[in-house]
Amino acid sequence: MRILVIEDDQEAARYMVKGLKESGHVADHAADGEDGLALAEGGGYDVLVVDRMLPKLDGLSLVGRLRADGDDVPVLFLSALGDVDDRVKGLKAGGDDYLVKPYAFVELLARIDALVRRRSPEEVATNLKVADLELDVLARRVTRSGTEIILQPREYGLLEYLMRHAGQLVTRTMLLENVWDYHFDPQTNVIDVHISRLRAKIDKGFETPLLHTIRGSGYSLRAPD
Amino acid sequence: MPQIRLLGTTAFRVVMVYLILFGASVLALLAFVYWTTAGISTAQTDDTIRAEITGLAEQYRAGGLVGLSQIVRERSRNQRQSIYLLTDPGRRPIAGNINAWPEAETTAEGWLEFPYNRPVGGEIETHLARARHLSLEAGFQLLVGRDIQERLDLEQVMRSSLAWSLALTLGLGLLGGYFISRNMLRRIEAINRTSREVMAGGLEKRVPVTGSGDELDQLAGNLNAMLAQIERLITGMRQVTENIAHDLRSPLNRMRSRLEVTLMEEPDSDGYRESIRETIEESERLLGTFNALLEIARAESGHGADTLKPVDLSTVVRNASELYEALAEEKGLAFTAELEPELNITGDENLLSQAVGNLMDNAIKYTPGGGTITVSARKLGERVELSVADSGPGIPMDKRDDVLNRFVRLEESRSSPGSGLGLSLVQAVALLHRAELSLEDNSPGLRVILRFSTAPS
Repeated sequence: MRILVIEDDQEAARYMVKGLKESGHVADHAADGEDGLALAEGGGYDVLVVDRMLPKLDGLSLVGRLRADGDDVPVLFLSALGDVDDRVKGLKAGGDDYLVKPYAFVELLARIDALVRRRSPEEVATNLKVADLELDVLARRVTRSGTEIILQPREYGLLEYLMRHAGQLVTRTMLLENVWDYHFDPQTNVIDVHISRLRAKIDKGFETPLLHTIRGSGYSLRAPD
Repeated sequence: MPQIRLLGTTAFRVVMVYLILFGASVLALLAFVYWTTAGISTAQTDDTIRAEITGLAEQYRAGGLVGLSQIVRERSRNQRQSIYLLTDPGRRPIAGNINAWPEAETTAEGWLEFPYNRPVGGEIETHLARARHLSLEAGFQLLVGRDIQERLDLEQVMRSSLAWSLALTLGLGLLGGYFISRNMLRRIEAINRTSREVMAGGLEKRVPVTGSGDELDQLAGNLNAMLAQIERLITGMRQVTENIAHDLRSPLNRMRSRLEVTLMEEPDSDGYRESIRETIEESERLLGTFNALLEIARAESGHGADTLKPVDLSTVVRNASELYEALAEEKGLAFTAELEPELNITGDENLLSQAVGNLMDNAIKYTPGGGTITVSARKLGERVELSVADSGPGIPMDKRDDVLNRFVRLEESRSSPGSGLGLSLVQAVALLHRAELSLEDNSPGLRVILRFSTAPS
């Protein structure tokens, strides 16, 4: 994936670019808003990672300009401002996701991944399938190997999110934001508990586990290789 | 700071304006009384004289000069206030009670005023008289008048009492103004003095309150409340700085030693990777602590007080319950939520969720397996009451204030994970929402209650 990092903190940008490259991506870096805009307008990027506060041209205006030109490249905002209002401003300006500093690098990777795959047809699919686990969005019905699994509303939401991001790393923060609409860290293992409950319903009694815990990062729902 | 001069005080200026207005009113009133009284009395005198002259003129027409002089003589003997003089053409007296024709000028209307000597109790006094002059046939003259000395004396008395009243009004007003201003000045100076002491670092100083409940007392009360708030914030900040330094130093130190030791190991060994992973986890905990501190600071500084919006507390608590119920059940706790629908308050949904979450998290953390956790939210009159009760060990009465302080974790709970910031955030959120936070005995266990006002703040 080609990723453009627009970030004025040189040290942070250096690590980010290094990390992205190590993870198998191609990453470019711009240190201010004007350079960033010029590079982004050149096109060819799959994702932009944009700091909100940038010299010369701030992140919000930069993305606003891109969107005004009809460029719909996915944008992930990075910001030290973590208020709900700041977040809403970022998303209104055309951002697709918003990550508050400080963040874990795996979080950034997972978000980038999610943003790029959002374009794929699974996003709007009404019938999700991972191995023999199936979810009918319209009927809100879940089956595994043809056996119906009864889920509570939140468990259903959790599973739907995991299935829409099947094969990807999904972090705890992503789940909190997207399933519970919580934009803060509850500082407990509360998500782990929900995951283990869900796991008990969809994996217990079946030979191949589908819901995996990625240590120190999050979870992934995926079909066996 | 310069001393305020008495004459420059607002109180004194207000008193002066009132004094001038009041003085002018008094003056106008007295002048009116004076002029009407004096005017009526002059008119009465003139009427009496005119009537007498008319009467005497009739007598003259009926009885001639002889008859007139007889009547004049008679009246001169009886009348005490009246003055009569009948003269021949040479202005020599024929009859009457004054001895000579007065030297005063006669006005065009035939009036004249003049001094004359009058025996009073054996002594001769000079009185003023007012008289009218009537010319008879063949140059004979008649003068009829009245003593107006008494009236003049009365007028004099009125004039001087007028002056005295005015002087008294002004004098009392000035004196009152002086005392009111001085009192005001003294109280304001007390406020100024306290301000200076506070600026000099005496944050614990307070403005004296007289107890009269007047505007200055209210001002002093508000200033004191403000000072108390500032003092609380500053003390809190000082304490937090100390606590941060103390509590964050040990994990940072641990990280440093771990990395130093790791450097001595072979790279790519299992220990190497494990140690890096542990360091990342430790730094995550540190960041978590910093984030919690930031949230508290944000809530405490009243950040977003203007962004408070209508929030349904019932929904907030239900969402949090859905998140934490699983955690409670995992631990073998009975979790019940009794929520009335539509509990509308004004607030910050995100912070409220965090506060409610922290309360549930604490309850779950400190209640041993088999216990119960009851969350309830209901409307009580004009208030919305949220309560999170557990059957854990509770908090001893004397420690209840302590646990609200940042980083404080009671000795018994040192072993459980957590930053010790949970209740501090709850308290900050309560403060931001003007909600009342109380820790009560659930016997056994702890009941934390938040009481919100439903009126928009």
